[in-house]
Amino acid sequence: MNDNHKPVNPLLCKVNQTPHANVLKLELVDAEHNKVTLKLPFSEKIIGDPFKRIIHGGAITTLMDTVCGAAVFQAQGNFQSMATLDLRVDHMQAATSGADVYATAECYRLTNTVAFIRGVAYTDNIDDPIATAVATFMRSNIEFPVR
Amino acid sequence: MDLFTKITELKANNDYEGLIDLVPYAKTIGVETSLVGDNIVSTLPYIDSNIGNYAIPALHGGAVAGFMENAALFHLMWTANLKKMPKVIDFSIDYLRSGLASTSYSQCDIIRLGRRVALCNIKVWQHDIDKPFALARAHFLLSSNEPLQKK
Repeated sequence: MNDNHKPVNPLLCKVNQTPHANVLKLELVDAEHNKVTLKLPFSEKIIGDPFKRIIHGGAITTLMDTVCGAAVFQAQGNFQSMATLDLRVDHMQAATSGADVYATAECYRLTNTVAFIRGVAYTDNIDDPIATAVATFMRSNIEFPVR
Repeated sequence: MDLFTKITELKANNDYEGLIDLVPYAKTIGVETSLVGDNIVSTLPYIDSNIGNYAIPALHGGAVAGFMENAALFHLMWTANLKKMPKVIDFSIDYLRSGLASTSYSQCDIIRLGRRVALCNIKVWQHDIDKPFALARAHFLLSSNEPLQKK
């Protein structure tokens, strides 16, 4: 889906070339205009609460950091890399054990130096989020390495 | 088995590495633990799979954040005598510089330990404790999330 006639940044299809994104098996689901959606498949190795078998907050944070960065790539429409300045994640509820988690992020403002992004993570309904995030990234003119 | 029983058992055996077996995500990112006084200190040896940008190469910001949150989690699990796992409420991280391909060390301070909520500050560095590469703060819910009783 690409409602706004802005081509999907080809870098986003290679999200798994980043070693740590590959560990978590992050997948591109959708990209349009300044918005990107990624999926974090449920797996045993990202469990944080062994009693309730709930995903670790750190894996949710990684999903949020990655999807926010991806939204900047999509908004920029190029391969120029960026570095997270700050990221805040609020956890509204635990994800259902066994369920895949989706995260959608929007880069709502790009200045010459800084990008502003907000994101939301959910399992099946974006209006019933498990977490929300706000992030700022420092932009750079160095190309992100693509293999 | 509940958390309190499990931690009591680990403490009795001085098995601070048992925390890692308890939390699969900690094992995935390669966390190591040690006991300093009565506290659990977490370190993150460099592994390729934590890389976020291989041109630098730099650790993935998410792996760094996960390491820091987990350092606070382990610290609380070990010291706070909890009956159940702390649940993260919010996590906020400031990145000061890139985490490079080398071992990362963490220090977690519990700013407040209440009955229901704990607030932790976490700092990570690599070669120089006075040059942290990220700072974070997190709130954890310690009590159950049941409706409040009217008083």
